[in-house]
Amino acid sequence: MTFEQFIFYLLAGISVFSGLMVISVKNPVKAALWLVLTFIATAGVWLTAQAEFLGLVLILVYVGAVMVLFLFVVMMLDINLAQLKEGFTRYLPLGVLAAVAIFALMYLVLGPERFGSEQFAAPQLAGGEYSNTKSIAVPLYTTHVYAFILAAVLLLVGIVAAITLTLRRRPPKDVLYQDIDKQVKVQASDRFKMVKMDAVKEKDIPVKEED
Amino acid sequence: MFDALQAWLSSFLFDWLAVLITLVLQAVAVILPVLITVAWLTYAERKVIGYMQVRMGPNRVGPGGWLQPIADAIKAMTKEVVIPAQSNKYLFIIAPILALAPAIAAWAVIPFDANGVVAADINAGVLYVLAVASIGVYGIVISGWASNSKYAFLGALRASAQKISYEIAMGFALVTVLMVADTMNLTGIVEGQQGGIWNWYWIPLLPMFFVYFISGLAETNRAPFDVAEGESEIVAGFHVEYSGMAFAVFFLAEYAMMILISFMTAIMFLGGWYSPFEGVPGLESVFSWVPGFVWLFAKVAFLLFLFLWFRATFPRYRYDQIMRLGWKVLIPVTIVWVFVVGVMEYFKVSPWFN
Repeated sequence: MTFEQFIFYLLAGISVFSGLMVISVKNPVKAALWLVLTFIATAGVWLTAQAEFLGLVLILVYVGAVMVLFLFVVMMLDINLAQLKEGFTRYLPLGVLAAVAIFALMYLVLGPERFGSEQFAAPQLAGGEYSNTKSIAVPLYTTHVYAFILAAVLLLVGIVAAITLTLRRRPPKDVLYQDIDKQVKVQASDRFKMVKMDAVKEKDIPVKEED
Repeated sequence: MFDALQAWLSSFLFDWLAVLITLVLQAVAVILPVLITVAWLTYAERKVIGYMQVRMGPNRVGPGGWLQPIADAIKAMTKEVVIPAQSNKYLFIIAPILALAPAIAAWAVIPFDANGVVAADINAGVLYVLAVASIGVYGIVISGWASNSKYAFLGALRASAQKISYEIAMGFALVTVLMVADTMNLTGIVEGQQGGIWNWYWIPLLPMFFVYFISGLAETNRAPFDVAEGESEIVAGFHVEYSGMAFAVFFLAEYAMMILISFMTAIMFLGGWYSPFEGVPGLESVFSWVPGFVWLFAKVAFLLFLFLWFRATFPRYRYDQIMRLGWKVLIPVTIVWVFVVGVMEYFKVSPWFN
């Protein structure tokens, strides 16, 4: 076993195990964390396949941003676990049947008959000067540039839609708004008035003669 | 050196075991100095801020107080780690580890000198640092949730939202560096800045230099952006339930990230290990005996001093203003500068583009 194989089996084992934990663990927050581990292990597998750009971007985008937002939502939900688990045994036969059927379909399409190692030899390892980033970037910005721009526009439409759905300006009598530009621009002279006045000497309090 | 070691080991060991031993030794060679620097950075911080506030700082343990970090470490290690009754025990313990591990793993690709003094000279080094640093947010999120405390949870939400927001500005600042340098390899980025202080990337990327460093301050939850642990509002933020070594590990992570951000800034904007006097007649020969890593460490030390200086001088930002600064000021500035760099690239502005 070479070192690369050792690393591959380690990462593949972790990703399969954590993938199983995602669907079997009870607590939704823990399930999300197992999903994070699945992503990281998968990114590692991609790295061993010389796809370092894809692997690192998977970590950066999905682990670093998407899953954190996901965790936010899951953590703040008040989920009744007992209700969720209700009817587990009743739906188990149907669920198992569906799972087996989907697995059989996938096996028929993706099985060793069509995608086995006889049909597809192991890819040639690229040399030391190979850059996965460049080999993705060059076709992306030349041959597929229209599709790329279209995808960017689609994402922009998604952002605009999400913001219009959530943005609602309420009348100022309901909510107090802060004009932060105004707050930042404030000078000492706006808040603070220097008053010139002569020094006033207090009159001496007459001392009472005590007996 | 490590190649020779690996070859010698594989002559009598399994192939993969030889590689593994070499990798572990390389990791130790990088991590140990980083952790020692972290220890004395805490001492430097207390001394620097002390003098800025006309105090003495720590001066009881050892001459001048310089054994203070060791005393602190012993204290932290001998204290009890209290695990709250209703907390999630495993996640509570894992959280500080998840905060520290990325802050240390990112050091794998940081070059310390010319001629490949780096643990892993990979061609996507910048992306690797960004990706690994982004995992650090899980330590905060999990610690906040696992503590089963309202203050810890609020602090965790604040800190992670802040980190994710500033990561965008940071990423864009890195994109401009890549555009100028034409490579993602950190050694390559430094080599593109050879030839004196005016060849460094901080001149064409001056706004990005500031954006990156400010985002770095916000990423590490340092003052003036340290609302994650705002004592005056939410007690101590995400680590309110932690004690002893578990608490100290969060601080190790924070300081390791500070040093990492300083290294990245020095490498990408301040010419890494190159002398600022290259090409200056007279000064160049006077300073030619100084080895490269000394210049790099001097730049890093200066940037770390800035971290401490800011903490001593700036009042804390309000949380909504932090988010405003990140989303409405820094990100638009970076997007504009991406186009400016594109124009500079098109017109081949020398000496940075050629």
